[in-house]
Amino acid sequence: MSRFILSAVVVGTMLNPITVLAEEVVVYSARKEHLIKPLFDRYKQETGVSISYITDKAGPLLQRLRAEGKRTPADMLITVDAGNLWHAAGSGVLAELDSPLLDANVPANLRDPKGRWFGLSERVRTMVYSTERVTPDQLSSYEDLADPKWKGRLCLRTSKKVYNQSLVAALIARHGEEKAEQIVRGWVANLAAAPFSNDTKAMQAVEAGQCDVTIVNTYYFGRLQRKQPDIKLALFWANQGSSGVHVNVSGAGVTRHAKHPDAARKLLEWLSSETAQAEFAGSNMEFPVNPRVAPDATVAAWGDFKADELNLNEAGRLQAAAIRLMDRAGYR
Amino acid sequence: MRDEGRGPSLSDTSTLAPGAPVLVVRSAPDRTWRWAARLLAISVLIPLAVILGSWLFFDPEIWSHLGTTVLPRLLLNTFWLVAGVGFGTLLLGVPLAWLTVMCDFPGRRILDWALMLPFALPAYVLAFVFVGVLDFAGPLQGGLRGLLGLPPAWSFEVRNTPGVITVMTLVLYPYVYMLARVAFLGQGQSAYEAGRSLGLGPWAAFFRVSLPMARPAVIAGLSLALMEALADFGAVSVFNFDTFTTAIYKSWFGFFDLQSAAQLASILLTIVLVALVVERRFRDRARFTESGRGGTQRRMRLQGGRAIAASLFGWGVLFLAFAAPVVRLTTWAWGALEDLDLRYLDLFVHTLSLGVMAGVLTVSAAFVLAFAHRYHGDYSTALSVRISTLGYALPGSVLAVGVMLSLTWFDNRLADAVEWLSGEDMGLVLSGTVVALLMAYFARFLAVAYGPVDSSLERIRPSIRDAARSLGAGQWETVWRVYLPMLRPGLLTAGLLVLVDVMKEMPATLLLRPFGWDTLAVRIYELTSEGEWERAALPAVALLVVGLVPVILLVRKSAH
Repeated sequence: MSRFILSAVVVGTMLNPITVLAEEVVVYSARKEHLIKPLFDRYKQETGVSISYITDKAGPLLQRLRAEGKRTPADMLITVDAGNLWHAAGSGVLAELDSPLLDANVPANLRDPKGRWFGLSERVRTMVYSTERVTPDQLSSYEDLADPKWKGRLCLRTSKKVYNQSLVAALIARHGEEKAEQIVRGWVANLAAAPFSNDTKAMQAVEAGQCDVTIVNTYYFGRLQRKQPDIKLALFWANQGSSGVHVNVSGAGVTRHAKHPDAARKLLEWLSSETAQAEFAGSNMEFPVNPRVAPDATVAAWGDFKADELNLNEAGRLQAAAIRLMDRAGYR
Repeated sequence: MRDEGRGPSLSDTSTLAPGAPVLVVRSAPDRTWRWAARLLAISVLIPLAVILGSWLFFDPEIWSHLGTTVLPRLLLNTFWLVAGVGFGTLLLGVPLAWLTVMCDFPGRRILDWALMLPFALPAYVLAFVFVGVLDFAGPLQGGLRGLLGLPPAWSFEVRNTPGVITVMTLVLYPYVYMLARVAFLGQGQSAYEAGRSLGLGPWAAFFRVSLPMARPAVIAGLSLALMEALADFGAVSVFNFDTFTTAIYKSWFGFFDLQSAAQLASILLTIVLVALVVERRFRDRARFTESGRGGTQRRMRLQGGRAIAASLFGWGVLFLAFAAPVVRLTTWAWGALEDLDLRYLDLFVHTLSLGVMAGVLTVSAAFVLAFAHRYHGDYSTALSVRISTLGYALPGSVLAVGVMLSLTWFDNRLADAVEWLSGEDMGLVLSGTVVALLMAYFARFLAVAYGPVDSSLERIRPSIRDAARSLGAGQWETVWRVYLPMLRPGLLTAGLLVLVDVMKEMPATLLLRPFGWDTLAVRIYELTSEGEWERAALPAVALLVVGLVPVILLVRKSAH
């Protein structure tokens, strides 16, 4: 047994080389490998800096960062959703970054005021409707979907998904808890089927005629549209007459105990730059955060919209309240 | 260990009462075995203790919220899941094992091994295929509506409790089938025929002789199936079905409250512990042992309607649990073939090597535990066994966090000590290596290995050991030259079960794998978490292919 431990220690030491030969950045990522790897490969080509990474869900990665403390190998945390970013910042694992470049590339509502995290792509959560049974003038806002005229016509994804939690958190920020709960209760009363496990399933239910309208992230719609170009569904930008459509981000921050803080900051700056943004957002049909970069052609074809300018830190802060609210309202 | 263990010792009286720990004199081998069992239990207990330690902090706000909103439904759902899956896996597993071992009917030879194949299919994969094909928007209902011109209002719901139970049953019955099958094979025909010759009818002989004799194996299979059902996250989330696991995830990811998540997990753990203790209480004290290989050549040849019914039953289960979903998956994978690249080679190698390492480690530990318990056990050994086999009932990610927290803590203290001594920070040397991952697999899958090892140990007649001893074989020699060879089928079954389970394992692999150690399950996660199920079919099929190799080995080794 002791020999086993000894050899394990030896192997472990070999696997965690302390020597820094080439410049390196270590990334913990909740963004999926096929969305980040092509960019990392390009970065290595351009700069010679190699990037090692592991991917997992945001929760476990954050837990791991906290447990590892000052000895963490991670230099950067990439994750999706404002709630996750807010929690990462709140638990003290991210460093405050002062980077004029990042401040210029990322609009203020899409980053932490203290510079602990920066949005890298924007994801818009809005309505998708059946072009056979709904006309766009019947649609208006998230709030309106609680109206009894949509009874038996609404499909939603499960409340366990963080995207819906952030959406409801934004409703709370806008209307207060009481009003927000009324809205969510209205949605639940209008449901045509039990909540779905993902956005694509909800859209397929609309297409098949189980319901008429649903709320999804636009890139899921883009993917479905790419596969079935003549699909009888369309996007509708919600709340154009009021708060603007709900946006969320995927984003990243440099860890507080980074071993390569400068290299990590440079990587983050590069990811927000004109060179990287088109691919970072485009590969998943999201919107670039950098205002000087145009979205992918498919995405641009969906038209312009007014976005909700609520600072995403608010959505993060209210996330737990949103979950409790949805539990009370019986939204599963 | 010096020379204490060598040579037959007159003071070792445990041979008089194997399995029943009544010991007059405490001998050296006893102590060695017991300490080994305790050490194994402790290595599982540490991550569990981290989870249980969560009760030191109590957030009344979250608990009153959970209690008033989700907990009642959670308990009810969990009850139905356990009852339904328990009933379902018994209903499929036991009769199918009986039919393929004891009877003869058209297709028996194929079904005998083919019925184990669904074991290679991860639950979340079957769940997705099931919902994808049968839900409102799926091809079946859509096709029927189109064909018969039915209005959209005509539909049936599959994303409900019966749906979840069906999928779980189809995925988990192989546990019961495999273990029951081995037990029936071991009994041979003779016990059953003895029953018949004493005037019992065929059903009575089955229920009063064969089934009670196979009961330890059936219970072992059943508890594995139920623990996996309780710990499952992937399949229940496809159905959006709320269980303890989903509530644990929600507390953790939603409220970012690991404490409440761990508290929920420890409630789950308590339920399982109580169930296991109750089961033990009710289990007969009787022991059944093999009386040599009964000739299975005289199978009961089923005739006419019975033969057709048996055949339809077997093929029907195989079709639903394996053939149909695999065809669906393969067509999806065919469409995603452009994703196939050289990296799949790495994925294969990682998947397999992790499975093999974990298999060897876990089975060795299971053998030590089972042997210590049967022949050198006292109450503390029984407790060690209980503790060591609890890990399987916990959701993989919770256990993984337990392992990660305890190991990282130890690692940090180790680095602190080295830094204090040498002034140099050597960083973390254990976490983030294969060691962490193996610890998690070990804690999680020890129960899987223990079941088959223990139930095959149970069938070895104590007299064999006495015979070996009386012929002058020492303690370790008896283990090495008598028990290990006799246990080979059981050990192999255990190893292959763990191998397949590790290859399908997702959450612990995700959290604890070293950089670059991606497996096929990780690849599946990457795609499914973004809802790209059809692309995920490619790694899923690859996983199925790798998983089928051990399953087929399992089949060949356990066939006689």
